[in-house]
Amino acid sequence: MRGERRGAVQPADRPREPRPKGRTSADLPAESSIPVRSDADIVFARQKGRELAAALGFAATDLTLIATAISELARNIVLYAKRGRIVLKGVERGSRRGIMVVARDDGPGIPNVAQALQSGFSTSGGLGLGLPGVKRLTDEFDIESAAGRGTTVTVKKWLR
Amino acid sequence: MGVPILKQGHCLIATIQAALTDTDLQGLRDDLVAQVGRDRARGVIIDITALDVMDSFAVRTLRDIARMARLRGAETVIVGIQPEVALSMVELGLTLEGVNTALDLEEGLACLDERTKRANGGGEARAR
Repeated sequence: MRGERRGAVQPADRPREPRPKGRTSADLPAESSIPVRSDADIVFARQKGRELAAALGFAATDLTLIATAISELARNIVLYAKRGRIVLKGVERGSRRGIMVVARDDGPGIPNVAQALQSGFSTSGGLGLGLPGVKRLTDEFDIESAAGRGTTVTVKKWLR
Repeated sequence: MGVPILKQGHCLIATIQAALTDTDLQGLRDDLVAQVGRDRARGVIIDITALDVMDSFAVRTLRDIARMARLRGAETVIVGIQPEVALSMVELGLTLEGVNTALDLEEGLACLDERTKRANGGGEARAR
């Protein structure tokens, strides 16, 4: 099981693997940038996100939460901006590891960000759960947007 | 990718086998609602065991299917929601209000059996 592997003792006759102090991002999986223009891209982006999160060591439940958040973010791009990108990246802060998802577009932007973050608010006739829902699914949530200047949403989820 | 729809008695069973795009989901909605009429189905089961993500669009579409099928005289049961998917739905605040759910296909068929019996209750003679 996973717990055993993590607690495995290094065989005495083998030299301990050198553990670099203050691990760098060298051992993090490569980041990927996925163009998002269609609903097939939404599925592709969330599958890529799931793969990266799995490589980073996230548990099954978190993989689903991360994939769902990516799905919502990618759909917002297709729905409101027509095209944009999803960038997936492994990140580290101190000894913590996590995944960062950046959803970026040059679409019309959100004139009233505070309003868009309220539960129940939607301009697309959807369920109005897009951004507040993504916020609940992730640990850190940041949004930059202004009318006419596109939208960038950055979310992070940390390994527990 | 299309979703195969099987007919079993008065029931239609749609088994989702891979991740679906929004267009696929809408296709499934249209196919099911049309087939309810073609096969005079009383019940619809949608097996989503293989779905690893249920986002707002998927939930809304399943809810639409259930409502549309009901308007055409068929009850819908969604089966196979995985534990992680259930958690993500709860966290997102997504509900399948007014839609029957059951653990798996077997429970789903039992649920439909009960519902269609109750709906016919005594009206069986009239239906014949």
